[in-house]
Amino acid sequence: MQTATLNSPSGPESAPVVAPPGVQNRAVDPVRLEGGRQAGAPSPPRNHVTAENFSVFYGDHEAVRKVSLAIPEAKVTAIIGPSGCGKSTFLRAINRMNDLIPSCRTEGQLVFDGQHIYSRQIDAVALRQRIGMVFQKPNPFPKSIFDNIAYGPRLQGRRKSELPDVVEESLTKAALWSEVKDRLDQNALGLSGGQQQRLCLARALAVNPEILLMDEPTSALDPRSTAHIEDLIASLRGSYTIIIVTHNMQQAARVSDRTAFMYEGDLVEFGPTSKLFTKPKQKQTEDYITGRFG
Amino acid sequence: MQLSTRKVLDRAFSLIGILAIGAMALALIVILAPIFKRGLGAYVFRATIEHRRLLLEHYNRGNRAGVESELAQVRLARQPVYDAAAKCRQEIAAMRGRQKRTLTKELRDFDAKLARLLGPAPGQPTPVLMRLQYGCSRWDQAQEALHDILKMEKWEYPVAADGTPLEGYKVFAPRREVFAGTSLEPVFEYLETHAKEMLRPRATFYWGFLTDESKDAHFFGGIWPEVLGTFYLTLGAMMFAIPIGVVSAVYLVEYGRQGRLISLIRTCISTLAGVPSIVFGLFGLAFFINTLRLSDSKSVLVGSLTLSLLILPTVIRASEEALRAVPRTYKEAALSLGAGKWRTILTVLLPAAMPGIITGIIISMGRAAGETAPIIFTAAVSVGQPLKLLEVFSEPTPALSWNIYNLCTEHEAVDRIRHVQYGMVLTLVLLVLVLNAAAILLRARIAKKLKG
Repeated sequence: MQTATLNSPSGPESAPVVAPPGVQNRAVDPVRLEGGRQAGAPSPPRNHVTAENFSVFYGDHEAVRKVSLAIPEAKVTAIIGPSGCGKSTFLRAINRMNDLIPSCRTEGQLVFDGQHIYSRQIDAVALRQRIGMVFQKPNPFPKSIFDNIAYGPRLQGRRKSELPDVVEESLTKAALWSEVKDRLDQNALGLSGGQQQRLCLARALAVNPEILLMDEPTSALDPRSTAHIEDLIASLRGSYTIIIVTHNMQQAARVSDRTAFMYEGDLVEFGPTSKLFTKPKQKQTEDYITGRFG
Repeated sequence: MQLSTRKVLDRAFSLIGILAIGAMALALIVILAPIFKRGLGAYVFRATIEHRRLLLEHYNRGNRAGVESELAQVRLARQPVYDAAAKCRQEIAAMRGRQKRTLTKELRDFDAKLARLLGPAPGQPTPVLMRLQYGCSRWDQAQEALHDILKMEKWEYPVAADGTPLEGYKVFAPRREVFAGTSLEPVFEYLETHAKEMLRPRATFYWGFLTDESKDAHFFGGIWPEVLGTFYLTLGAMMFAIPIGVVSAVYLVEYGRQGRLISLIRTCISTLAGVPSIVFGLFGLAFFINTLRLSDSKSVLVGSLTLSLLILPTVIRASEEALRAVPRTYKEAALSLGAGKWRTILTVLLPAAMPGIITGIIISMGRAAGETAPIIFTAAVSVGQPLKLLEVFSEPTPALSWNIYNLCTEHEAVDRIRHVQYGMVLTLVLLVLVLNAAAILLRARIAKKLKG
């Protein structure tokens, strides 16, 4: 299972990635699925992703400027800021989705689980299986609901007989199982927008990632679906490290444990959500959360 | 611009559009209607007893007992004609001088024309050419042959009142007059009234036109070798063009570094689409046969390769457009789930692009089936056997597109096989339509699956 999890299915492009002892055999570790990791963890949470003077450039434009922050494990971290402040860019840097953009390059350090995400030894394909992502607009594949969820597990080489269980488990976690259990073979594009987004969440969970990146997951949804997704985030807290980028400050305040405020590529302030929204240290943060700009 | 002007412009545009579409539809009907009407004549016609005898003897099809009893009746009906001719021959033998010479020649002429209508007379040696062994197998042709017997062409050269000769014109004179006074004279009326008993025409649906081999250079039988050849060539071209084309499109869209080289390649592909097809044919001959020596001479393999080069640009461009039209979000989703690049292409991009790719395939399939120039030098022959699957690597084949042209330019008796030509055209049109319909259905099914 170890190889299936960490090595790219495409073989030759994979580089050996050494997983820390804590995450070995995670694909078959039932304890983790139950969120058992937190049970015996009274000590302060360790940092899951650490950025140090981390910058992202699009050509000459520095979209993320020398950001340093540490994202705690098994907590919900929100990144807020006005449009174009680099919050999405930073998020997409964590699972190297920015690799798709040819002119994009990075500087500084971004460390996940003791490894440099942008080091040459890292296989981005294997990395993305450990760091899942939910996008701004629901983007289910034009396949059946079942195939959507089973897409990731199939890549990991899960046996065909396991798939129905994985699908049910993931859909249940995303609170979608009861709605779709009778039409798993229907096309996912026939679902409503909110259902599609929960499907995308279930699809990301099916890969069994350690970190879940959410890039404004509710911006395309109506208020009821938004509430649904927020409830889900709350239920997943503790089992996954969640990093959510949002436009909506109330949302950040509702769902997150810690909040980072970014402005024009700079990390302005980062701290516990309750503190940041009530007693911001920076003037800029205060101006933003009180609605003076942005 | 004023509102009224804009409205007038809008109306003018839609009017021109409707007119253009209408003109196109009309042209299509004007072209296709006669093709359908006359092409159908190759499949549905009034077949004579000769047709049934031919089927029985050369294709081993039909009701033997029925045909034989029919033949017995037909022989009875024909016998008076042959008897009268024999009697007339004796009468002529007894004649003298110029009359004997003229009538001998006329009788020989009559015999030949009768043989064309009814086949060789009983007791005559069997001719070598198959077309001479049988009478008219189609009633429409039989009527022409009958007319030829009953009437003879004569040229009249009238003279004006002042003695200057005027332009001549053709008249049909009854042949009966030539034989006036002989035993043959009443035969002409007998032939006219008893033609149906002698040939027994019957409305027939000759499906074998599609599935039979031709006999004696398309005089009889069907067009199966041509249909099969077209099928092999088209499918072969598709087999080469689709994988190469799709992979090239994937490279251009997903792997190629978007830059000057890629845009140069794109320009080259577009240029390739504009190269005259005869040039492709010559290239196929020069490259695949003379240089690579894929086969000793023309073969289906080489023809397919040449055709695939011809349609490759279409396939590439269509696949490229289709791949480009796949939402980026699908790709992002697959990558975020830990799919590698080629895995993403294989499991997400290509399935989503499939309807567009199939559209390109449909367009190029019709083109491959109908192209003539590329296969003249590389695959097509005028007459041939239907090929077995393994023979496609070494053997040439007849093909519908080429034989439609070849029959009307090189066949020695093209006037007597017009129905075959029209039948071929109709079959080609239908074949392309069927192939397209299949592809369109497939596309619709995939598109429906993608839409949910």
